[in-house]
Amino acid sequence: MSRDAILNAVRRGLKRGPLPADQIAMLRGRLDGHPRHLIPARSRLPHAEQVDLFVRNVEKEFGSVTRVPDLDAVPGAVADFLAAQNLPTSFVMAPHPELRAVPWSNRPLLEMREGRAQATDQVSLQHAFAGIAETGTLMLPSAAERPTTLNLLADTEIVLLRASRLVGAYEEAWDLLRAEMGGMPRNVMLVTGPSRSADIEQTLELGAHGPRQLHVVLVEDAG
Amino acid sequence: MHVSTAPAFKANAHRALANPGLQKALARSGPSFIARRAAAVAGLPEFEQLRDTARDIKNHTLAHLDFYLEEYERNVLASGGKVHWCTDADAARATVLDICQKANARTVTKGKSMIGEEIAINHHLEAHGITPIETDLGEYIIQLRDELPSHIIAPAFHLNMEDWEEAFRKSHTDLPADRVFNERRDILTEARTKLRSAFLQSDVGITGANFLIAATGSSVIVTNEGNGDLTQTLPRVHIVLASLEKMVPTIEDCTSLLRVLARSATGQDFSVYTTFSTGARRPGDLDGPEEYHVVLIDNGRSAMIGTEFQDMLRCIRCAACMNHCPVYGAVGGHAYGWVYPGPMGSVLTPGLLGVDQAGHLPNASTFCGKCESVCPVRIPLPKLMRHWREREFERHLTPAAVRTNLALWAWFARRPQMYRIATSIAARSLGWLGRKKRSFKHLPFAGGWTQDRDLPAPEGETFFARYAREQRQGLHR
Repeated sequence: MSRDAILNAVRRGLKRGPLPADQIAMLRGRLDGHPRHLIPARSRLPHAEQVDLFVRNVEKEFGSVTRVPDLDAVPGAVADFLAAQNLPTSFVMAPHPELRAVPWSNRPLLEMREGRAQATDQVSLQHAFAGIAETGTLMLPSAAERPTTLNLLADTEIVLLRASRLVGAYEEAWDLLRAEMGGMPRNVMLVTGPSRSADIEQTLELGAHGPRQLHVVLVEDAG
Repeated sequence: MHVSTAPAFKANAHRALANPGLQKALARSGPSFIARRAAAVAGLPEFEQLRDTARDIKNHTLAHLDFYLEEYERNVLASGGKVHWCTDADAARATVLDICQKANARTVTKGKSMIGEEIAINHHLEAHGITPIETDLGEYIIQLRDELPSHIIAPAFHLNMEDWEEAFRKSHTDLPADRVFNERRDILTEARTKLRSAFLQSDVGITGANFLIAATGSSVIVTNEGNGDLTQTLPRVHIVLASLEKMVPTIEDCTSLLRVLARSATGQDFSVYTTFSTGARRPGDLDGPEEYHVVLIDNGRSAMIGTEFQDMLRCIRCAACMNHCPVYGAVGGHAYGWVYPGPMGSVLTPGLLGVDQAGHLPNASTFCGKCESVCPVRIPLPKLMRHWREREFERHLTPAAVRTNLALWAWFARRPQMYRIATSIAARSLGWLGRKKRSFKHLPFAGGWTQDRDLPAPEGETFFARYAREQRQGLHR
């Protein structure tokens, strides 16, 4: 069988048989403990400065950010962004309780449909599980209330992120994920800016296959 | 299928040097990769330490690869996926075809995968009536032109705007013939529209994997376009192609490697989409594939373990080595004749195809050491190329003229007195012959050198003689 053939070939190369029990226990311990390695100092900052670093990094990667004080201000921020970009006022929205809790009736012109994205959707509104200041990255794990297609199919993706969910390094976000979602969900996307390609003459062009625009609405609920 | 032309490296290289389109592309794009990496590295003070960490993680994994492979399989199964172990390219091709046929697939979308190129999966699917569609922009035009990629992260590195326009006009005949391509953006938009319908129609999505994570049974892809994510999210079946050495133990290990990957590759701090896939669609999920298959491919990797080439299995395919290589910069990727170009290809290709097939590649090096100095996992690429040269020599594959001259040199090198006398005679006579012009335009047996440049004439004294003289004069202390 190929499986045994491959494992035997690996062991032949390593000049040993299957690992002894004590070594296996040691390796299991490493897997369960999943030790962190060196974490760059750049994100080790007071939280308010991590928020600033996050915003700077999103903008450096050609995304945009609107900072709002609370959920009440979200409909206005979304409506203003869509108007400024000449985009339609309808969008597909993740069926997430935190997005449902937004007082959308503040802006009655906004029209939303809950669910996964379809090819015809121009704008999507996604919910961020966490933000990572180190590189301005959004963590978007799949779940019934956070469909993956919302990150991919629309021309413009708007993401709601609460500042209290913003961490410094990737490792902190992975710890949050393990603590709150148990194991790994089917899909975890780490998104840093809008889609792009440099395949034509090694020159950067935005808007390859994913969203052409990535806009973060950052709710400053942390302090 | 693209047959390897690695044995014809010399002829390939000559053609590449005389190809104005290729030279234009190389001159334009080469320096930008170097500058972007340098800027990203300068922005992260811990980068050198992170390279050590990256090397150590990969070494640890390789030393316990059997354990991590088994652990990985267990966790893929636990999350509702399947692992198909394949010893070689034939087995991998047959497995992929079988999964596609069971899914009644007619079209298959593909994310960029170097192992996919290595096993030539597209031609195999086509031969069995299934249409594979490459969705990475660079891979897409390579497929339209029926070529191999010329670079492992920038497949269309060798092409210019006019090549893109020509290929798109020839292939997209349903679009108005009088449409205008003013800028790169127009090319990109046309590809986006074309491929969007492919994504929506495809039955199976095939991606590669930058990493496999043993602790969670996850596969990881890193892209900027989002094509890999559309490929693995929209179709009913997702197939991951991955070779054994993509394994890492934990998410934390993977995270540390990701910190050096994008910086070394494109000079980004992080790629736009770094995606972890674990099993098939979960209850309640509104999207995602219903089947998740990992085709786990050996194809020569296990045979490298325990040899002097094991270090090569640390490679994370960032392409920094070729981006910084003066040989790659002069001849481009196609001259190397197969899937993997540049220094990493010069080490890997002889391992996968045999040194009799690819012996020229490890010789196509100036040994400047730039590749090793930028490798994020510190692979000693020049040393490994030297190992291949030794093997080539041992197997008597080295050309007779090289062997004869080496033997002659070795005879003198083992007799220091004779060596000094011979070099002294040579230096004096060449110095005398070139005393007027101080250089030679032509010299017998050295036509290869003097064809493109002049050989400076020696000043009449050898290094040894001059050093001894200056010692006597008390110039060195």
